[in-house]
Amino acid sequence: MASGELTSKDYITHHLTNWSVGEGFWTVHVDTLGWSIFMGLIFLFSFRAVAKTANAGVPTKWQCAVEMVVEFIDSTVKSTFHGKNPLIAPLALTIFVWVLLMNLLDLVPVDFIPWTAQQIGAAMGYDPHSVYMKAVPTTDLNMTIALALGVFILMIYYSIKMKGIGGFIKELTTQPFNTPWLYWFNFILEVVALLAKPLSLALRLFGNLYAGELIFILIAMTGLYQLPMHFVWAVFHLLVIPLQAFIFTILTVVYLSMAHEHH
Amino acid sequence: MNINATLIGELIAFVVFVLFCMKYVWPPIIGAIETRQQKIADGLAASDRAEQDLRLAQEKAKQQLVDAKAQASAVIDQAKKREAQIIEEAAVKAQAERDKILAQAKAEVEAERIRAKEELRKQVAALAVAGAERILQRSIDEAAHSDILDKLVAEL
Repeated sequence: MASGELTSKDYITHHLTNWSVGEGFWTVHVDTLGWSIFMGLIFLFSFRAVAKTANAGVPTKWQCAVEMVVEFIDSTVKSTFHGKNPLIAPLALTIFVWVLLMNLLDLVPVDFIPWTAQQIGAAMGYDPHSVYMKAVPTTDLNMTIALALGVFILMIYYSIKMKGIGGFIKELTTQPFNTPWLYWFNFILEVVALLAKPLSLALRLFGNLYAGELIFILIAMTGLYQLPMHFVWAVFHLLVIPLQAFIFTILTVVYLSMAHEHH
Repeated sequence: MNINATLIGELIAFVVFVLFCMKYVWPPIIGAIETRQQKIADGLAASDRAEQDLRLAQEKAKQQLVDAKAQASAVIDQAKKREAQIIEEAAVKAQAERDKILAQAKAEVEAERIRAKEELRKQVAALAVAGAERILQRSIDEAAHSDILDKLVAEL
């Protein structure tokens, strides 16, 4: 609980509001951006440390751990994606570890980070109630849509690169009904199917994490009962966190694999 | 929950992270993994081969031992046979030598005997003649009585 005089609605709203800077579209969620980049840097630096000293000799324990992740992603990509593309596997690794790390922030008890931020804000002379800190970046639609949009751009790029613009348009119009007067109908179907891919990617990750975060917040308001409930939900969430990271990764690979193949 | 410029920032961060990962993180790690996998595979293959070689060597050694034993007993057999043969040959040779020496000695003895007999006969003849001369007190015409003398000599 942040403080006694707040109502439940205030408490929840406070927890679900981003630290925003700017106006209108040009608003930036500093917390989302900061935490996601922080997590991304943790990923890159810890993996880069291994990459710099990586050799085929006896690995250190940390190298073993990193290699397990890399190997896991590599085998997953190899079993799904059959073309030759040096981008796919590093892309999958980045998405998997980055999303996993961002999701893991969800396990930090819901008040820790916002409360700390409020104390720092108060110390710096701001009103604590107007200091917002929503730590988990994947509970922000901007984050998940950015990831999905990146994947979507790659899908379009590789579709056109592998099949040509003509081939891509043909794929959008000549199926499922291969009759010229139904091409417009095919096009609507295929465009919906195409757009559904990144949209479902973004919304699935966002929805799962947002719901999880919301339930953590609700549990945090139940007083003493929150301890066992929080434990149970955290255990369950421990399953959801890597699962959502993995689903996002594997679907990215599948979609890019589909973009490479002729139908 | 509004879509705003955060999205653009995240998109840029995403692109930068992926590019960094693709350039500086993924290749060295996957390279190390694949090299190690190759090394382990080679090591396992080498150990399999070494085991196979060892088994072959052991079999070969066993076979060689058996061969050597057989050869040794064959050599011993041959040596025994040869020994017996040499002894036999020596015995035969000695026998022959003995016979030869014996025969030679016999022949010499015989020749000596004959010569002595001849000598004796001549001396007896001369003695007989001298005796007869003395008995008769006269000289005997040796030429006239040589036939009697020869007969006498022959009778000795």
